[in-house]
Amino acid sequence: MPEKPLAVAMSGGVDSSVVAGMLRARGENVIGLTMQLWNQRRLPEIQSDKATGRCCSLDDVYDARAVAQTLGIPYYVVNFERDFEDQVVKPFVDEYLAGRTPIPCTLCNNFIKFDRFLEMAAGVGADRIATGHYAQIRWNPDSGRWEMLRSVDRAKDQTYFLFGLKQDQLARSMFPLGAMEKRAVRELARELGIPTAAKPDSQEICFVPNGDYAAFIDAYFREQGIAPQEVAGELVTADGQVVGEHAGVHHFTVGQRRGLRVAAGEPLYVISTDPSSRRVTIGRDRELLSDRTHARELNWVSIAAPVEPVRAEVKIRNKHAAAPATLLPTSDPDRVEIRFDDAQRAVTPGQAAVFYSGDLVLGGGWIE
Amino acid sequence: MQRFYFDHNATTPVSPEVLEAMLPVMTEVYGNASSIHHFGQTARKMLDAARKQVAGMLGAEPQEIVFTSGGTEADNLAIFGVATGAAGHVVTTTFEHPAVLAAAGQLDHTLVPVDGRGIVDPDAIRRALRPETKVISVMHANNEVGTIQPIAEIARIAAEANVVLHSDGVQAVGKIPVNVAELGVGLYAISGHKIGAPKGVGALYVRKGVALKPMMFGGRHERERRAGTENVAGIVALGRAAEWITDHAEAENRRQRALRDRLEQSILDRIPDTRVNGAGSPRVPNTTNIRFDGIDSDALLIALDLKGFAVSSGAACSSGAPEPSHVLLAMGLSRLESRSSIRFSLGRSNTIERVDALVEALVESVTHLRKLAPAYA
Repeated sequence: MPEKPLAVAMSGGVDSSVVAGMLRARGENVIGLTMQLWNQRRLPEIQSDKATGRCCSLDDVYDARAVAQTLGIPYYVVNFERDFEDQVVKPFVDEYLAGRTPIPCTLCNNFIKFDRFLEMAAGVGADRIATGHYAQIRWNPDSGRWEMLRSVDRAKDQTYFLFGLKQDQLARSMFPLGAMEKRAVRELARELGIPTAAKPDSQEICFVPNGDYAAFIDAYFREQGIAPQEVAGELVTADGQVVGEHAGVHHFTVGQRRGLRVAAGEPLYVISTDPSSRRVTIGRDRELLSDRTHARELNWVSIAAPVEPVRAEVKIRNKHAAAPATLLPTSDPDRVEIRFDDAQRAVTPGQAAVFYSGDLVLGGGWIE
Repeated sequence: MQRFYFDHNATTPVSPEVLEAMLPVMTEVYGNASSIHHFGQTARKMLDAARKQVAGMLGAEPQEIVFTSGGTEADNLAIFGVATGAAGHVVTTTFEHPAVLAAAGQLDHTLVPVDGRGIVDPDAIRRALRPETKVISVMHANNEVGTIQPIAEIARIAAEANVVLHSDGVQAVGKIPVNVAELGVGLYAISGHKIGAPKGVGALYVRKGVALKPMMFGGRHERERRAGTENVAGIVALGRAAEWITDHAEAENRRQRALRDRLEQSILDRIPDTRVNGAGSPRVPNTTNIRFDGIDSDALLIALDLKGFAVSSGAACSSGAPEPSHVLLAMGLSRLESRSSIRFSLGRSNTIERVDALVEALVESVTHLRKLAPAYA
């Protein structure tokens, strides 16, 4: 019998193709699996030939299959469309309607890639999986925990989206690209003869064409039979003055400037959104600053749940430079207070707060 | 790794005697059957012989056979050839093959449900008829569960109503005796690659007197019912496969039925919480469709493939990702039950040893998968 198989999640992109190729070259018994997550033909009104950042298109499956054929590995497409809609797309839409700004990639990692996919891999005999994520995993014998660290290529680091992984999920996962620079990954793709070596990186949210999530939500509403006026509302200032109207709270995220269409002496930004009154509050830049927030539904990765205050650098959105802060445990073990050393701009409900100590991912939670 | 094929309803290997018959045609008989010279006449002779062989298998007259590119074209030709035109209504069933369902979907149509045993109620067909109904289309045997439909009874209803009955016989021919005259059908579709001929050839039986408009226009081939230069090698192969069926299918089907029953019984005996979809209904002898409670059929299919056993679950969508079977949903199975079902379809290459090896692999994989499923932990 050959080695126990190892399942590689293949998207058809360069990164996961290289993972499959390097593990194969290392002599592992690799099985390629592509997750079919979303039917790109489902909301035809928002499709275009120039759409970027799409997942699960027929072209991607074609690419992944071509890579598997080149490598000579068994390859299958598995259909998780229903799970993806229930666990990722519906919560994504609901969060926007609730006035928050969700991160579908984190939900997808928590419930699809490192749950359904792990389960499918185990079912077909592969106890371990490998993905093209940029992050590092290591075992710490002293703490008896699996630790997660930022990738060597800091610009590609994806740990912000991976804070939800539990110890048993980390134990069975491999991120072979975490120790590599992207440039080296592309070079390796060419060396391994991977046909997609020159394919551009995917961008944005995979099921939302051109990153236009508001258009996606509008199209999804129409498909589900929700009328547009049920989400429309007023634009107000902090003192309650009505200054305009809007087509739905899901068009706005905290800190946003674009699309407000309100004349004022200085730039105005979205300060908050209130789904129950469908009001969007706008104001000046300094009204966006806050020095504290709470995070809930915590997951502790590299350390056990702390009982004392902990110093950390906290990242409040993917492109944010982590800011020094103190994490204060609350009476609820699933919730911490975050006190920033310096006030941060646009702390956005629904985004993740991920706690770092240097490169080490301590854990994270969802901003209230 | 040794590989074993249990997916003969998807397609079959080309049989040795078929290959032997068609190979010289590909190199030596290159004439166009419409040509007047010797080369054309040789091709024409082979076409005529094949037409006789296919007609013989179906109990039809040679001039009632129209060769096509396969089962899908034959089904499309049957439906559009009869129902196209002003106010053409089609009556068909919810668990047809997409070649019929999607074709009917282009026209005004009514879908008649099937029962939980995978059988169409002829009375329900009668009730669905309208004055403008032009064609009834009911498959002879279902591709996924193998259930055999009461075609002769439906034919009587069609005759009373003066409506043409088409039957998609792609999964019946070769597996059960087929006599189109006894069945009373007006149209009957068959496919080469399901019976040991290659892909790319099929035929439609068109009863004398049934008016059929062509779908393709061009030369006057096939009595002006299907334009296009004949695929002589493919048609010769289909003819040879038909002849083999006429001579040998009865014995071979008895053998396959015994193997299928052994497979089915071993699974039911050795793996708890399994049941046969369509059990108790008349079924073709090579097919069994089994539900494994608590199992994701995609995972089971992949696990078996990695062990060298090819089986099937539902139909594949364009990306190759399986979707829940519309046939099982039509029979009233839940989405979950449908996604726990696997089709095994036997063929000439399968032996007792291979069936027993499949059962061992199944026991191992199902046990492993159920250990991972919370309900079975």
